[in-house]
Amino acid sequence: MRRIREELKDTNAEQVLFFHRAIAALVGICLLMSLLLINVYRLQVVAFDDYQTRSNDNRIRVVPIAPTRGLIYDRNHVLLAENRPVYNLEIIPEQVKDLTKMVTELCELLNLDASYQEKFFKDVKKQRRFKPVLLAEMLDEDQVAIFSVNQHHYPGAAIQASLRRYYPFGDTLTHSLGYVAKINTNDLEKLERKGKIANYAATRDIGRQGVEKFYENLLHGQVGYQEVEVNNRGRIIRTLKYQPPVSGHDIVLNIDIVLQKKAEHLLADRRGAIVMLDPNTGAVLAMESSPSYDPNLFVNGISNTDYNMLLQDKDRPLINRTTQGIYAPGSTIKPMLAVMGLNENKINPTQKFFGDKFFQIPGTKRKFRDWKPEGHGWVTVYEAIEKSADTFFYDLAYRTGIETIHDYMKKFGFGQYTGIDLHEESKANLPSEDWKITRFKQPWYTGDTISVGIGQGYWTVTPLQLARATSILVKRGQDVVPKMLNTILDPKVSPPQTNTAQDKVPRIRLQRPLDWQVSLDGMYQVNHGKSGTARRAFRSAKYKAGGKSGTAQVIGMKEDEEYDATKIKERFRDHALFVGFAPFDDPEVVVAVILENAGGGSANAAPVARKMLDTYFQDTLKVAKR
Amino acid sequence: MNTTMNRTDRHSHILFRLHIDGPLTIGLLLMAAVSLMLLYAASGQDIALVQKQSVRVCLAFMAMFILAQFPPSFYQRWAPPVFFIGVVLLLSVLLFGVSGKGAQRWLHIAFFKFQPSEILKVVTPVMVAAYLSQHRLPPSFRHLTIAFSMAFVPAYLIAKQPDLGTSILVAASGLFVIFFAGIRWKLLMIAGGCVSAFTPVFWYFFMHDYQRQRVITFLNPESDPLGAGYHIIQSKIAIGSGGLTGKGWLQGTQSKLEFLPERHTDFIFAVLGEEFGFLGVAALLLLYLYIVGRGLYIATQAQGSFERLLAGALTLTFFVYIFVNIGMVSGLLPVVGVPLPLISYGGTSMVTLMAGFGVIMSIHTHRRLISQ
Repeated sequence: MRRIREELKDTNAEQVLFFHRAIAALVGICLLMSLLLINVYRLQVVAFDDYQTRSNDNRIRVVPIAPTRGLIYDRNHVLLAENRPVYNLEIIPEQVKDLTKMVTELCELLNLDASYQEKFFKDVKKQRRFKPVLLAEMLDEDQVAIFSVNQHHYPGAAIQASLRRYYPFGDTLTHSLGYVAKINTNDLEKLERKGKIANYAATRDIGRQGVEKFYENLLHGQVGYQEVEVNNRGRIIRTLKYQPPVSGHDIVLNIDIVLQKKAEHLLADRRGAIVMLDPNTGAVLAMESSPSYDPNLFVNGISNTDYNMLLQDKDRPLINRTTQGIYAPGSTIKPMLAVMGLNENKINPTQKFFGDKFFQIPGTKRKFRDWKPEGHGWVTVYEAIEKSADTFFYDLAYRTGIETIHDYMKKFGFGQYTGIDLHEESKANLPSEDWKITRFKQPWYTGDTISVGIGQGYWTVTPLQLARATSILVKRGQDVVPKMLNTILDPKVSPPQTNTAQDKVPRIRLQRPLDWQVSLDGMYQVNHGKSGTARRAFRSAKYKAGGKSGTAQVIGMKEDEEYDATKIKERFRDHALFVGFAPFDDPEVVVAVILENAGGGSANAAPVARKMLDTYFQDTLKVAKR
Repeated sequence: MNTTMNRTDRHSHILFRLHIDGPLTIGLLLMAAVSLMLLYAASGQDIALVQKQSVRVCLAFMAMFILAQFPPSFYQRWAPPVFFIGVVLLLSVLLFGVSGKGAQRWLHIAFFKFQPSEILKVVTPVMVAAYLSQHRLPPSFRHLTIAFSMAFVPAYLIAKQPDLGTSILVAASGLFVIFFAGIRWKLLMIAGGCVSAFTPVFWYFFMHDYQRQRVITFLNPESDPLGAGYHIIQSKIAIGSGGLTGKGWLQGTQSKLEFLPERHTDFIFAVLGEEFGFLGVAALLLLYLYIVGRGLYIATQAQGSFERLLAGALTLTFFVYIFVNIGMVSGLLPVVGVPLPLISYGGTSMVTLMAGFGVIMSIHTHRRLISQ
């Protein structure tokens, strides 16, 4: 061993030196150890709560559970809206190492074409972090099986089972039943404002139209929660807490699917509407608007192309014609005017009037013609209704004046919302002097009143208003509020407004209640009298019915809608209308029919009404009357 | 100094004759036990993994035992050639090396791979100690310069691989020898000052992007909580949520639910913190302190400056591992890939360290009855 070289080594001094260095090292080490300890102390004691929270935040997730939407039945418990299981493939991008690779492989595995990939990657950009992104919807059984077997190869991808609304009757009930569609930002804002957004945490769809929309609160139910422990990859390890969701209420509507399908059949390939009410309860037994469309398209997300097609369609399938279609009532309102005339002592039951070829306002030249070129001759009020004499009613309107007409007709529900449990409704228009000044900045002319007398001019109605007014007439002035909802299938819950709570007090009181019968008898004659306009339609009917035909000219959809003049030229013909009720002595049902551009009401609409009534009396499974 | 009379009993003691230092061995065995316990928890109760590591532990103890048999003079004699070969190997790695994970660290020799930097970790302090102990201590300026280069040349070569963590350790082990050799404090300060001044240059011209990113992430881990900052944030959450007494063995949610990455390797300290709390951490640090203290004691009791320098440097290097790993895992230092000594999963580091302890034991148990 080489030890000594040029210098002499001083071992002692070196040892002492070393010893000092060692002490210095030990001190340094202790200081650094303390530093470590202090730092850990800061983490584990001082900031303990914070870190414990973050530790929990890592591993605990609250997963909302969507409630099952309530089912909708018709009055005989036929299922109109149900929930079907649907399987979607979702991926959480942050949990996947090589997203492109995995998506490509999955698409190949499940036979999905390139469009799925494109859409997926577009959605990934929009979606919030750690939220699943949909790759494919509504997988079939084979795809579900193939994926499940291979699932372990694809961490971060999972199949989500959910329930999707389905309407087995498709476009038969679209306008009345409505549909649900995916919640959009507008819906979210509204929910937020109403403080309901927490309840919709797991919900995909919300009622967008019709009954589904009106009774959203009843149908939706209450969200449930699952507190789960997840691992680093977001995989659920175990459930810590579980609160089950509360299903929405199942509801029964007044609609009778047999009547509804009949109405659909009668309106096939035509534009028009049929509505059938029970005048005693206001129950809506049938509500059909044609043309219609498949609501299931909206549930699954309608494409822009398809939606635009519906929007641009000249026949306006998106409108519910029964509540939003605006038409001149034509002669269908003559019975109501007659009641007014009797009560105002402008006419009486025995008096006769000469129905000339035309009517003229005294001192003017303009001729208001009757539909029958040669006029009707001497008629009683009964015959005026039976034969639909125009000049009789021109005269009546002239002598009564628009303000009185307005007051009476308002009591029949014209120009107002009917109170039906749907949002999509128009008030149509019941004119008055004030109205005209406000609307057109012009004074009311007497000539305007004359037109109103036969249900033309500025007066417009919806088919539902017509049905309601006829029901009020049939019930001798008692108010009738149309209702879609029959009952809620949960005895503990009462519906927002029950059908049975009605005005027992007649809204319209006549000086002589027997005057009601005059109009009603006139309507009897329409169907069964020798000169009734609808006698052919009601030949050999097994029941007695009252009715009134009408022929109208205005084409309108919404009252604030502007209509295209060129289109009128194409669709030039009159609308056919008819209202009817049966059995005559104790009416159970009122029906209103409109067929756009079909021509004369008695020739075209009356037979349709007849067939509806036939179906009612023969084919429906009648439930015991309330 | 110690009387020779007391020494006789000790020298005839069986352990001493086998060249095993009792107190140190007890400490190391305790560490092994702690390691296996923590690994079982951190690996998600993977028995196979724990078994593998036990085998490694046994091998490491064997290495320690074997190295303890050779006298210090052996190491002093063979240090220069091995050092020289090591440096040559480092150069060849840079020129012909196999890349793994974006770094050139491996050499393929006759069917197996090995990392020359691991050799340098052990040999550098021996080399520097062998060199400096030949001359008078404290060393002259000339000797210091040569010693510095002995420390920095391999460090630089390793840093070029790039492997910043190992290069720092290699440099440190050499520098510790210089420290113990008695470099004047003033000189030390100046050297320290130069290094600090060099830092910006180092930052801009010599650091790779990912290394820079690590420092930035260290300064503000929240700036990229799901990317670069993820490790350190999850680690702090694990440690912090352990509280005073911890969640209990095998009950750590950060590790069980896999939020904490690298939990059986570099970040195993976080598992300790989560499952055994502050008390557990303090206990481990005390155990480490015990081992370090014993090492320093052996160093002061050693005969000969080579032995003293080497024992002291090895002990301090061991401490550097501890400080850097725990500091990194608890957020005091940027993330560098340094395992927790004697506890992290993995063989190389353990064998290297145990070899070092073997040398320390050799130093302690080869003392002559009468000091010359």
